[in-house]
Amino acid sequence: MAEYVFETEGVKKTFTFLNRKAPYGTIYALEVLETVLISAAFEQHANIVFVDDGVYQIKKDQDTAAINMKNFSPTYGIIEMEKEDADEDEDMDMVWRIIVEKESMEARGLSPDDFKVEVEVLSSAELADVLEQSDVVIGG
Amino acid sequence: MKFGILINEGPFTHQASDSAYHFTKAALEKGHEVPRVFFYYDGVNNANKFSAPQADDRNLVKLWGEMASQHNVDLVVCVAAGMRRGITEDSLAEGFRISGLGQLVEAGIGCDRLMMFGD
Repeated sequence: MAEYVFETEGVKKTFTFLNRKAPYGTIYALEVLETVLISAAFEQHANIVFVDDGVYQIKKDQDTAAINMKNFSPTYGIIEMEKEDADEDEDMDMVWRIIVEKESMEARGLSPDDFKVEVEVLSSAELADVLEQSDVVIGG
Repeated sequence: MKFGILINEGPFTHQASDSAYHFTKAALEKGHEVPRVFFYYDGVNNANKFSAPQADDRNLVKLWGEMASQHNVDLVVCVAAGMRRGITEDSLAEGFRISGLGQLVEAGIGCDRLMMFGD
């Protein structure tokens, strides 16, 4: 077992968390969310992106009682709070963006009002630029 | 180049861990560094010491462990994902260790590239 110690002091990277899967049915959505929350402690820049069925992860009024799964959507409120903290704290060099792909949203008959957090809606081409400018992409 | 590796799938249902293993092996042979491999989602099953594939099949649990000892690769299993799937200190194969998601974020910050293997 070789524990490795990274030199991360002063390094600021842009992480993109790419949520592509519906919130339930697989565990990917929940476990990406856990990574997003941990990353806040490292004060990096973060784009939290929802594409394909991933857009359902932030839909309002989720009720999971019938499938006997934990409704973890309230946790997205914490992401919004982290974002607000980062936006308001002048000493904190951390930019968080919550992004929904326009094409994915429209294909599912959704609008920004259907989401429980405030989002930026970007076209597929604009999102490609965001990914291009990211240092690390973690998806699920 | 310094590579971090993220493995999101178990060793048998999916090709991801095999691909990650071959990628890591090739990178090391080319003289690159792979300081850390992080196992998340069902990827934590790569660290299950009770895994017993048939003798004529590859044994990824063992292969990862051997790579760790030969090349000083830090094999980190996510504690929360592991606990969900019964991967704890008691079931942990040699060469792996259990730690938190912070170790993944840290690898993302500290490596030149973070390679993700999985769906």
